Amino acid sequence: MKRIAIALLVLGLSACVSHNVYFPAAAVEKGADRIIADVWSLTDKAKEKK
Amino acid sequence: MKTFFARLLTLFLLSGALNAYAVSEREFNTPGINVVKARMQARHGQLQAYYNSGAVGLNLDGTIELRDEASVPLVFRRKLAALVDAENQDRETLYGEISNVYAHPEWRVEVREVFAKRWLKHAHRGWWIMSDRGWIQK
Repeated sequence: MKRIAIALLVLGLSACVSHNVYFPAAAVEKGADRIIADVWSLTDKAKEKK
Repeated sequence: MKTFFARLLTLFLLSGALNAYAVSEREFNTPGINVVKARMQARHGQLQAYYNSGAVGLNLDGTIELRDEASVPLVFRRKLAALVDAENQDRETLYGEISNVYAHPEWRVEVREVFAKRWLKHAHRGWWIMSDRGWIQK
């Protein structure tokens, strides 16, 4: 029982860390799209309509 | 012992849920990012015409480049070169700020790679982008 508890604890702690071990490519891509849209869209849209 | 196990399980599940929350809700909305973004937005008003004319093109590495200086009137050349430099510096700052969001400054490299692809993807029709065959018009 104690061993299972320890194993779970280790698993839980490692799960916390894992998010910061691998580069979150999908999240960064989503954020990048939003930033690019913000930087490029404002003036672009106004011009395209003309 | 059983209650201990149950409590531990609850804690485990809770921490998992919190982890998921922390990642999905993480947005690039820090003061550092917003300052750079505002500068880039303002600068885009000036750069846009040069993207359209092809004087400035988008590189494969997440930077921009003065690719056709001859098409720019002499009096504007120095100003445009400064704009391109400033834009590239701000982009580099932006990539660094985003890697700081994750407390992994070394991820700047990966962030730059992601942005490089997305800039090209979102580039407007008619803009010049770098490819493995050289400059092409999108």
